Amino acid sequence: MQNVIEVRGLKTQFDERIIHENISLSVPKGSIYGLLGPSGCGKTTLLKEMVMLQEFHGGAIEVLGKKLQDIGYDDAMSLRREWGVLFQAGALFSSLNIRDNIALPLVEYSDLSEAMISEIVAFKINIVGLKASDAYLYPSQISGGMKKKAALARALAMDPKLLFLDEPTSGLDPISARDFDALILKLRDLLGLTIVMVSHDLRSIYDTLDYAAVLDEKKVVYEGNLDNIFGVENHFIKTFFSGVQR
Amino acid sequence: MNASSFRFIDTKDALSLKFTGELTLYNLTSYQKQIERTSFSKEKKIILDLSELEFLDTAGALFLNHLQNHFHAKELSVEIQSQHQSVLAMLQLTQKQENKIVTIPKKKKRSMVEKLGVGGYKSYLRFLSFLAFMGELFMHKLHYLFSYKNIRFKEIAFEINESALKALGIIALTSFLIGVVIAYQSSVQLKLYGANIFIVDMLGLSILRELSPLITAIVIAGRSGSAFTAQIGAMKITQELEAMQTMGFDPYRFLVVPKIIALMITMPIMIFVSDIMAIIGGMVVANLDMSITVEMFLERFSEVIAIKHFLVGIFKGPFFAFLIASIAIYRGMLVKDDTQSIGFNTTKSVVESIFAVIICDAVFSIAFTNLGI
Repeated sequence: MQNVIEVRGLKTQFDERIIHENISLSVPKGSIYGLLGPSGCGKTTLLKEMVMLQEFHGGAIEVLGKKLQDIGYDDAMSLRREWGVLFQAGALFSSLNIRDNIALPLVEYSDLSEAMISEIVAFKINIVGLKASDAYLYPSQISGGMKKKAALARALAMDPKLLFLDEPTSGLDPISARDFDALILKLRDLLGLTIVMVSHDLRSIYDTLDYAAVLDEKKVVYEGNLDNIFGVENHFIKTFFSGVQR
Repeated sequence: MNASSFRFIDTKDALSLKFTGELTLYNLTSYQKQIERTSFSKEKKIILDLSELEFLDTAGALFLNHLQNHFHAKELSVEIQSQHQSVLAMLQLTQKQENKIVTIPKKKKRSMVEKLGVGGYKSYLRFLSFLAFMGELFMHKLHYLFSYKNIRFKEIAFEINESALKALGIIALTSFLIGVVIAYQSSVQLKLYGANIFIVDMLGLSILRELSPLITAIVIAGRSGSAFTAQIGAMKITQELEAMQTMGFDPYRFLVVPKIIALMITMPIMIFVSDIMAIIGGMVVANLDMSITVEMFLERFSEVIAIKHFLVGIFKGPFFAFLIASIAIYRGMLVKDDTQSIGFNTTKSVVESIFAVIICDAVFSIAFTNLGI
């Protein structure tokens, strides 16, 4: 199977504090891949490095066949159109309403007609489970769950092949969280996405993930599917997954 | 509930420390003082009598543990008397934890030299980051120059309206008042010598060359510059900037360059408005206080004030605008993930941009004088 993301021997440090040391992992195409680990182990940092928001200090990351460590401006720009990112708090543009937030990438990057764009936006709003009547609300006027859905719709606006989710279910009530999981699974099957996500939500991890990498003590302590995870001798894995029946 | 108390009971072969009622963080300190005052040198055995203790909190339990360790270190034997399950459980809990507790290391204190070094290095890094910002800005400006398609007219128009047109009112008012004040102050002196008409020379030179550009720059730094910093800072905190980056919208192209260009275009216009209003202010005072009619004023004005003075003032506009906008945006980019740094950086942005404008003005002053303009 083809790998969408390859990380090899990654090293990150902030001043003297080493965050990652010799991290290697690979995300297969079409999978839902989780980055797990205790807080402060650098999951979000790793995610940010994959989307070129954070520099790394050694090793290599390859995303969709492009090497991030020596990427040029034009390559970086075209790569950014091929993925969508959902931030933890949504990060919708607060000066635009939901419709314009979703339409923005389409307006900027395509020469589609206004009517066509409206149709696409309506489709995306529908697919993530928002109501059409919400389209003209501003981010400050909607709830946390709606923000996440709207942000997901924006991330999907350009039909990306790759979707990054930073704690997609955090801050949602259990029912919305399960809905969101179902939505992610549905989107993967519908659009053939590869999804990389950081999560703390055990149910969500179990319901959605195909593969996971567990980061702890600067290293990857486990990579693979969840069935084999119980055999690993690691304090975090033992305590985190102890609540789950085998 | 029984009142809490503590006392020593001396028996033949042991000293008993009797706690009754509650032992919590509220009454612990007074007991501790009593115990510290006592010398235990004559004793061989200590009994911690908790039989009438009804409630023990973690602070109390930690305290009792310390006491035990303290007595053990003096080679006294210690015995605990209690039947209360909850009290014993609490003691056990703290004893178990105590083995695991790693004391939090104190922050290292830095010497004066080290502080100076760290501070100096940090300012050096900040200077480098400012240069990096300027470099990136320059590259993006080049991008603008070479491809017409890249210019974001809509954003520039929005910024022109937002940070310039809406500022015209306050600039007009301030300038008018400055004109009034300057004319009024100098009228007293000029009248002494009967040199009333020279008010025109004075106002024309000082306002057109120096005052209008400076006043405009200061108002804009305080009004629009601070808004830039706060806006970009807030966008950084809510991760909007990061979202833009991952979507391939270069923040420089979408946010930074339009703001700078908008301000550079409109600054000369605002200075022009400020010129007009300040002169009108002066004219009003000259008319009322020094009986110089509007015709006389204007005639004298066109006689003595060369066009170059006006042009010098206007010429400064784009430079001031560039300084104000780039410093404000750079400060916005420096905002970290806490709300306090928005306030800090907004203050810094206004102070630094006004400072930069004044330095720039001084440089222009020297240059123009030496060039004979």
